[in-house]
Amino acid sequence: MLINFVPRAAPSRAMQYASPLLAVALMMVLGFILCIAVGRNPLTTFYVFTISPVSTLYGFGELLIKAAPLVLIAMGLAIGFQSNIWNIGAEGQLTMGAICAGGLALHYASGDNGFALPAMIVAGAGGGMLWAAIPAFLRSRFNASEILVSLMLNYVAQLLLSYLVYGPWRDPQGFNFPQSRPLPPDALYPILLGDTRLNAGVLIALAAVLLGWLLMKRSFIGFQLKVTGLAEPAARYAGFSTKRAIWFGMLAGGLAAGLAGVGEVAGPLGQLFPTASRGYGYAAIIVAFLGRLNPVGILIAGLFMSLLYLGGEAAQIELNLPSAVTGLFQGTLLFFLLAIDVLVNFRIVVSPARPLRETVS
Amino acid sequence: MSTSEATAARLELRGIRKSYPSIVANDHVDLTVEPGQIHAVLGENGAGKSTLMKIIYGVVKPDAGDIRWENGSVTIANPAHARRLGIGMVFQHFSLFETLTAAENIALGLPGRSDLTDLSQRIIALSERYGLPIEPARSIYSMSVGERQRVEIVRALLQNPKLLIMDEPTSVLAPQAVETLFETLRRLAREGCSILYISHKLDEIKALCTAATVLRGGKVVGVCDPRRETASDLARMMIGKDIPACQNSQTTSTPEACLTVRSLSIKSDDPFGTDLKDINFTLRSGEIIGIAGISGNGQRELMAALSGETPVADASAISLAGTRIGSLGPRQRRKLGMGFVPEERLGRGAVPSLPLSDNTLLTANGKPMVQLGMIQPTQIKALADNCIATYDVKCAGTNAGAKSLSGGNLQKFIVGREILQRPSVLLISQPTWGVDIGAAAFIRQSLIDLRNAGAGVLVVSEELDELFEICASIAVIARGRLSPFKRASETSVAEIGLAMTGQWPAETYPPEVAGEHAH
Repeated sequence: MLINFVPRAAPSRAMQYASPLLAVALMMVLGFILCIAVGRNPLTTFYVFTISPVSTLYGFGELLIKAAPLVLIAMGLAIGFQSNIWNIGAEGQLTMGAICAGGLALHYASGDNGFALPAMIVAGAGGGMLWAAIPAFLRSRFNASEILVSLMLNYVAQLLLSYLVYGPWRDPQGFNFPQSRPLPPDALYPILLGDTRLNAGVLIALAAVLLGWLLMKRSFIGFQLKVTGLAEPAARYAGFSTKRAIWFGMLAGGLAAGLAGVGEVAGPLGQLFPTASRGYGYAAIIVAFLGRLNPVGILIAGLFMSLLYLGGEAAQIELNLPSAVTGLFQGTLLFFLLAIDVLVNFRIVVSPARPLRETVS
Repeated sequence: MSTSEATAARLELRGIRKSYPSIVANDHVDLTVEPGQIHAVLGENGAGKSTLMKIIYGVVKPDAGDIRWENGSVTIANPAHARRLGIGMVFQHFSLFETLTAAENIALGLPGRSDLTDLSQRIIALSERYGLPIEPARSIYSMSVGERQRVEIVRALLQNPKLLIMDEPTSVLAPQAVETLFETLRRLAREGCSILYISHKLDEIKALCTAATVLRGGKVVGVCDPRRETASDLARMMIGKDIPACQNSQTTSTPEACLTVRSLSIKSDDPFGTDLKDINFTLRSGEIIGIAGISGNGQRELMAALSGETPVADASAISLAGTRIGSLGPRQRRKLGMGFVPEERLGRGAVPSLPLSDNTLLTANGKPMVQLGMIQPTQIKALADNCIATYDVKCAGTNAGAKSLSGGNLQKFIVGREILQRPSVLLISQPTWGVDIGAAAFIRQSLIDLRNAGAGVLVVSEELDELFEICASIAVIARGRLSPFKRASETSVAEIGLAMTGQWPAETYPPEVAGEHAH
C-alpha cells in the first residue's frame, strides 16, 4: 500500500479552517499518551488543564490578562506575516516597550499625574517600533534577513533589561532583589473587574483586533501588503512598494509588541523584573498561525493559548508536573499545525498496488 | 488517413489518456509516426500537445493506453529510458546551465563521464554535418537564443535518435533562421529519423511536414497530409470554427505625441540582462506601433522602464503628453493615464490565488474603488463584472481565482481591466502569447478599438504576423538598441527579420539600418 500526496486543483478552504482544530485535537491525543506514560490520570489532567483554571472569576480574569498580549502581538505580527515579513523579534520588542514605559514611569510618574499612562503608552509603542525598525532598515537597505536580525535583537533587549534592573534601576528598598521600585498607581492600568487583576489593557487588545480587521480586510494598504506577500512581481507591476511593505509589516509588529510590554509593566507586573515577558513574543507567532492570520481566528487562538499557560501553571501546582509542560504543548501544537497544513494544498491518495508516480526529470 | 500495414511504424500510440485534477489533457489519443516522417502535432494552447510529448519522452505517465515502439509494446519509465530507446526531445524552454559551456551542458545529458575534448570534436563534426554551427567551449549565457537551440538539438542528435521531438522550435527564431532549421530537419528525415513537430503555426507545418495529427481539447480531431490542405482548413480543424478576422479600418493618427522617449539608456541590474542603449521614439494618439525582436533583447527592460517598475534617473527621458515622467513609479504613471499589460499574466499581471475582484483592484485603485484609503467592495465588483461582461471573460464570476482561468480568458480580463480605466497610452507586451486563436483576435480587436477611441498603443511582440496585422509602424529591438520605426505598409517580414538577425554580427546593426532609413 502506498500513500501519495496529490496536489489539489485549488487550496482547500475547508482544510484551512479544519487544520487548527485537527492540530489541537492531535495535541490533546499526544497529551493523553504522555499522561499515561508518566502514570497520571489523563482525565484529571485534562480537567486541571482546561476547566479548573477558568472555574473562578479570578481565573477568568487571568485568562483574559494573558490572552491580551498574545492577541495584541499576534495581530501585529500577522500584518507582517501576510506580506512575508517574518518578524521573530516580538519578544525583544515587548521588552523594549516595557523598558521605555517602565523607565518613564519610574522617573516621571508622581502618583497623581493623569498624563503618566498615556505617555507610557506612547513611549512603549515607540520603544517596540524602534526595536523593529532595526531589522526593517537592515532588510530594506542591505537585504539582511529580518528573521535572524529580529531574533538576535531579542537577546540584546533581554540583556539590556537585566542590566537596568540589576543596576541603575534597582529598588534601593528592595532587599537587593533584582527588581525596580513598584510603579506609582497613576502609571497602572485601572482594574476593570473587582476581585480580579483584569485591567484596561485588555481593551487595547480588543481595539487591535478591530483595527487589524479593518486594516487587513478593508484598507487599501492591507491589500497592498497582501499582494506583496502573495506575488511580489504583481506588486511591483502594480507599483506597490516592497520596501514600504517591509517597514509597515515590521513596525506593526513592533508597535503591537511594545504596547504589550506596556500592558505587562502597567498591568500584572506593576514593576520591572529581569524578564518582562513569559515568552509571549514567541507564543504569539503560534497564535498568529493557529488563527490563520485572521483577526477573529487570532482572538480565539489567543484565548486558547492563554488557557495553555494557565493550565501549565495549574498542572504544576496541582499535579506536580514540570513547568516545561506548557512549552511542550505549544511546540507540539505548532508542529502538528504545520504538518497538517500540507493538506491544504495536497490530498492523500492511498493506492493499493502501483505507485502513481510522476517522474519529472 | 492511411495506415500501410506493411511497414512497421516507428511509434504508435493507442488510446492514451491522461487527466489532471481539473482537466483531461489527453483523451484516447492515437498517433502513428512512420520512419523518416516529419509528423506535425497541431493544436491550440491547452489542446494537450505538450502532455502527449511528455508522455512519449517518459516525463509523464499516462493513466491508460498503449505505446508501441518499433512494434514492441513499451512502458517508458523516464527520459533516460526514452533516450535509450532512441527518443530525443528539444524543449520549448531550454534546459541549459547558463554558466557552463556548450560541451559541458551536453556532457551532463550523456550517460557516464565524457571526455570533453573528445566530445567537443564529436560536437563540431556533428554540427558541421547538419549545418548547426556551435562553439563547444563557449558559455551558454553568452549565446543567443538561436545558438542555445542549436546546442539543444546537437545534444539530442548525439544520442543518434530515431525519433526527435521538437516542441515549438521556431518561437525563438528569426524568420531566416527558421528555413535553416527546416533544412536540418529535412536532412535528418531523409536519413531515416522520424520527427514529431509541435506547432500552432500553420504555414510552417505546410512547408515542412508530411503528416499531421490535429488535437483539440485533448482529443484527436483529424489526421491529414498538411501539404494537401489549405491553411484555413487546418485552422478550422484546430479550433473547430473559422478564424475570426479583425476589423482594422486604417485611421490617420493625429500629430499629437502622447508618449515620447528620448535618449533612454539603462544599465541592467541582472548580469544576464540587456542594457538599453539610447532608445528614441514617439507614440502618437490614435495609432498602434509595434516593437518586434527575439526575446531577451531588451524588451523586458524597456517595458519596465516605460511602466515605471524601474524608474529612470533622468525624468525627461520619458514624457507623457508633455509631462516628464521618467522618475515616477507605476501608480503615478497610471494616474496620468498610462495602462500596462505585462507578458506574464499569472503572477505579475494578476495574483494567482486572489479572486478577479481583488485582481481588478490591483491596478484599478483610484476613486471610486478606493476612498480615504478604504476599499469599496461594491464599486470594485461593479467594475470587475463590467470587465467580465464586456471582454467576454469565461469564468465562474468575480470570486473566481485568477489561476482558475485559461490563458486566453485571463488575458482578456487583464486587457479589459486596463482598457476600462480609459488610458491615453497603453503598453502591451506579447498580447496574444499562449492565447487561443479566438481570444487572440478579440484582444487585437480591443486594441484597435482603443486606438480608434484616440489612445496611443505600443505593442511589443515576437509574432511578426500580429504586428503587421495591427500596427501602423514597426521597429525592431536588438541587443538593447531600437531601430527606427518603419511604416508597416513600406516594410516586409523579410526586412524586419533581417533586422532581428542583424544582432548577431552586432556591428552591422542598427547603424546600417538606421543610416538607410533615417527620415
